Amino acid sequence: MSALAEFPSAAHLTPSADGDSQLLEVSMGPQHPSTHGVFRMDVVLDGETVVKLKPIFGYLHRNHEKIAEDETYLGSMPYTDRLDYFCSLTNNWAYALAVETLAGIQVPERAQYLRIITAELTRLQNHASLVGFLMQDMGASGTPLMYAFREREKILDLFEALTGARMMCNYMRFGGCRVDLPAGWLEQAKQVVAAFPRFLDEYETLLVSNEIIMARTQGVGVLSRELAINAGITGPVLRACGVNYDLRKVDKYGIYDRFSFRIPLGDHGDVYDRYMLRLLEMRESIKILEQAMRDLPEGPFTDPKTKVRNFRPKPGEAYGRIEAPKGELGFYLISDGTPNPYRYRVRPPSLINLTVLEDMCLGRNVADVVIILGSIDIVMGEVDR
Amino acid sequence: MLGNGLLKGLAETARNFFGSYVDKDRLTTIQFPEERAPRIEASRNFPFLVYDGTDPQAGLRCVSCLICEKECPPKCIFIEKSTDKKPDAVGKPQFYPTRFNIDVSVCMSCQICVEVCPFDAIKMDNDFEASATGRFSDLLWTKERLAKSNEYYHQVHPTEAADVDAALAAARAKAAAPKPAASPAPPAPSATGGAPEK
Repeated sequence: MSALAEFPSAAHLTPSADGDSQLLEVSMGPQHPSTHGVFRMDVVLDGETVVKLKPIFGYLHRNHEKIAEDETYLGSMPYTDRLDYFCSLTNNWAYALAVETLAGIQVPERAQYLRIITAELTRLQNHASLVGFLMQDMGASGTPLMYAFREREKILDLFEALTGARMMCNYMRFGGCRVDLPAGWLEQAKQVVAAFPRFLDEYETLLVSNEIIMARTQGVGVLSRELAINAGITGPVLRACGVNYDLRKVDKYGIYDRFSFRIPLGDHGDVYDRYMLRLLEMRESIKILEQAMRDLPEGPFTDPKTKVRNFRPKPGEAYGRIEAPKGELGFYLISDGTPNPYRYRVRPPSLINLTVLEDMCLGRNVADVVIILGSIDIVMGEVDR
Repeated sequence: MLGNGLLKGLAETARNFFGSYVDKDRLTTIQFPEERAPRIEASRNFPFLVYDGTDPQAGLRCVSCLICEKECPPKCIFIEKSTDKKPDAVGKPQFYPTRFNIDVSVCMSCQICVEVCPFDAIKMDNDFEASATGRFSDLLWTKERLAKSNEYYHQVHPTEAADVDAALAAARAKAAAPKPAASPAPPAPSATGGAPEK
């Protein structure tokens, strides 16, 4: 009897001719350059073909949620930077949104614009580095990643000039933002955004029609629409399957209803669609940025009534969610009237999007596993928390 | 034709390579130890204590109210409060820290201590060359190492420091106007902080 018979998920595979093929169990990670951090997959292989894949999390677990229950509401804000360390500003926003819902704080107009500008810049640099990493996973060593990081660097410089740090920004506060724009920042940001489409054009010429990329990505890692919806997938991975669901349009949190932009959708749900979708999303982000920077009003950048210290929201619960670059990022908070939250829970997009990894990888070979994982866009800081 | 896309990509690489000699946007790196990027004013890494006047220890603005110690998210600040009061830079008797330690191996540079300080006594530095050879005592910065002058603060964050000085001068003028010096008037709350604890 073939060893394959033990795995129902391998029913579609034909056993090798001699009928006694041996399955090989490979532990990919946690220290593996393709796993985007300390992520481990136990992969069962029949030759080169994956017949079973078991993701193993927890190597970067830092007790984020439990620590937050002992911190003040403000004290958790710098910890949220460390969830998805590529997109600290959107993490800040999701957490601030949850606390603002909990305490009923109004955010002034200018702060809303500042939040949109910083969040869309975050989306640009996250997607830029993601496409770079994906090419790196495919074996295009160096060059595409270097171009992507060159552009990301310009955005990180903007973050440093505004918030004081390149990645751990800790910028948003309940009821607004921490500081106002420094002199000359907006002009510099306008220049960076105006130069960004050139990078996208070049990137598309560089790779989109490349025969090797198409052979490696088209039809690989297909995720069906039904499975994506049932598994709770959000973000670009879901939209690449053709499901029109973007919280910026669904919830219209902040002031997203004032901007005109479109939601790009994929068709096949394969790696190529996910990759192209990110390039298209960056173009839409540039549209939002141009509008927001044009309309940025004068006024207070934070709500002066909100206290920095001794902040005690009334007992109650709140869920704040935003469309982070990786999907729906939500914070669920329960307050019991003390300075610390009674319960603090994160709904991380990376973790939930990872749950369909096995379904996408079955029947593909090991090299495809690496790019399928890369196309989901995970950050282990957020998966393990 | 098969391979067309590949050739187009290679042409793009060539454009970037040759472009990097003429276009500043295509070559953003610099040769670090010889060349240095201009320091970004808002940039922050570890906190320092501001002192006025010439004596780094006697001039510390810190009155050891312990607010930063309590609010620090990773709890990297340790303060020992004095039992006696000593005149500060303007001659007002104040408590002072007999010990003020920051464990920079724990500090995560969030600058919440700066935001909550009602006395503008702790600020963020942007000196990034802070490597040390020891794991323990070298990374535990005492108040001797943390004390830096107000002039240094002006040097690293000019805009912010000018605002702070103006606010402090205004608060001092206000405190001095009705009753000069003698009574320990409540310290002036800063623009960012809440009311002082004691």
